[in-house]
Amino acid sequence: MMTSIDFLSWVRGPVFIMATAIFVFGISLRLLEIVSLRRKPDYSAPRGSRMVGGMRTLFSRSMYDKSTFQRSAFTIVAGYIFHLGLFIVTFLSVPHILLFRELFGFDWFGLPTILIDAVTVITLLAMLVLLIHRLKNPVRRFLSTFENYVVWTVTFLPLLTGYMAYHHSVFPYPLMLGLHILSVEILMVVFPFTQLMHTFTLFMARWHTGANAGHRGIQV
Amino acid sequence: MSKPQSIAERLSNQGFNRRDFLKFCGITATVMGLPPAVIPQIANALEKTPRQSVIWLSFQECTGCTASLTRAHAPTLERLIFDHISLDIHHTLQAASGEAAEQIRKQAMKDNQGNYLLIVEGSIPIGNPGYSTIAGMSNKDMLMEVAKDAKAIIAVGTCAAYGGIPHAYPNPTGAVSVEELITNKPIVNIPGCPPIPVAIAGVIAHTVTFGTLPELDSLKRPVTFFGQNIHDRCYRRPFYDKGLFAESFDDEGAKKGWCLYKLGCKGPVTSNTCATEKWNAGVSFPIESGHGCLGCSEPNFWDAGSFYKALSVPTGDFAQTAGYALAAGAAVGVATGLLNKKKKGDAAKNHETVTINDLDRKQQ
Repeated sequence: MMTSIDFLSWVRGPVFIMATAIFVFGISLRLLEIVSLRRKPDYSAPRGSRMVGGMRTLFSRSMYDKSTFQRSAFTIVAGYIFHLGLFIVTFLSVPHILLFRELFGFDWFGLPTILIDAVTVITLLAMLVLLIHRLKNPVRRFLSTFENYVVWTVTFLPLLTGYMAYHHSVFPYPLMLGLHILSVEILMVVFPFTQLMHTFTLFMARWHTGANAGHRGIQV
Repeated sequence: MSKPQSIAERLSNQGFNRRDFLKFCGITATVMGLPPAVIPQIANALEKTPRQSVIWLSFQECTGCTASLTRAHAPTLERLIFDHISLDIHHTLQAASGEAAEQIRKQAMKDNQGNYLLIVEGSIPIGNPGYSTIAGMSNKDMLMEVAKDAKAIIAVGTCAAYGGIPHAYPNPTGAVSVEELITNKPIVNIPGCPPIPVAIAGVIAHTVTFGTLPELDSLKRPVTFFGQNIHDRCYRRPFYDKGLFAESFDDEGAKKGWCLYKLGCKGPVTSNTCATEKWNAGVSFPIESGHGCLGCSEPNFWDAGSFYKALSVPTGDFAQTAGYALAAGAAVGVATGLLNKKKKGDAAKNHETVTINDLDRKQQ
């Protein structure tokens, strides 16, 4: 019989190794595939710096566009909240930092559990309202694909199970912690092969656009 | 042999009065999570019922569980329980050994057929019967023989409950727990390495008092003692919530008594009563002494990763795996990229230029 401790050991051990292998392999593959395609060299005389243009766009595109904001303020605000929340919960929770320390060899400052807990609730709510909005708005629903819902689910589950593990909901902590880790592992496996790749490609695309603009000396 | 004394007489001989006895009954009710109304019932039962016959078998064990229960602290609940039960045989404690001891065991089994409690300490090797024998009898055979006519079985300690350290990888003796061999008897698991004495005593007291076993969870553990995890009851928990952690065993945080999560404490996944009942007559428990919980009362705790790795950290060498995966992904990515480039080049090469004249010709 597999006890909850056995299950926890299993997801902390062999399953995590497999998920890591698929995650890292997939991301490395996808990024190198794009980069190795290369662009045609641009022989025109530069009118500005590619680097400056690239870096500028990297950040400037994080700011919302005024007219877009007027049209869909709700999506932008909820989207920002959920992305920031996801970042805080993933990278500033102490147990998570210990995981990164194991991989990278260094750590950073973590937030108190109470704060992480509050941010998790806000993030979960933001994701829920975005889903409801997606389902209720006819245009959004029409534009949504199956992949959109898969990606939403695999992102939502780690947050939900993490919250439930901390609060000992439904199952005892060891089992809930095991489920939380498993949900992250599912996310890791799905990540490189879905639109979740935007986490990385977003910055590549921005930099490329910005660098081109910089090369041509486009004034911002 | 003199006439067996009643518990009241025994207690008074030892210098305890009636108040002490009722206090003991009150403690028993409290630790078992029972309402005060049952205190007289416990007193009545302990005073009147005949002494419960107990057969204690020691298999692949270190005697830590017995030591835990028999440490001298006066007056303790554990000692009072020992005064009340009739411990007919205990391999480790008794003076007799070999055939003489076996005779006592057989006599006790005969006299209390169907009524004795069987307490098992240690795991049972099934790899080879010769790994552990008593008077030439394998542990498995003895367990089967004694369990047959037992009222109930209490598996004391992680070894008897889940196989424990002998069961740890690669399990050279083929050690198994009691419940893996016995399926037709009521079993209570009181895991721990060693188990907390009051848990053993509480279960015995409950069985003697009510004639039934206490409420058990899915791992057959008494809910009263194993219903909550150590982390939730730990006095260092507020530091966890505040994000204050000891980073090493001798840093400022450790001296200030901050949370030991980062040092590998398994308190969050360990169900036991150490943080509330504590050890050594309530002096402290491992976390209070400055070391993280090892999770010794959980199944397979020995194989559940390093004691000094935080719970959130994977147990395997995932950094190396990540390195290989990165290289493999890069290689395949570049290869795909080159293939795509070739495809693009070929397409360009095979491209047929079409002039406006060609189109005109085709239309005609």
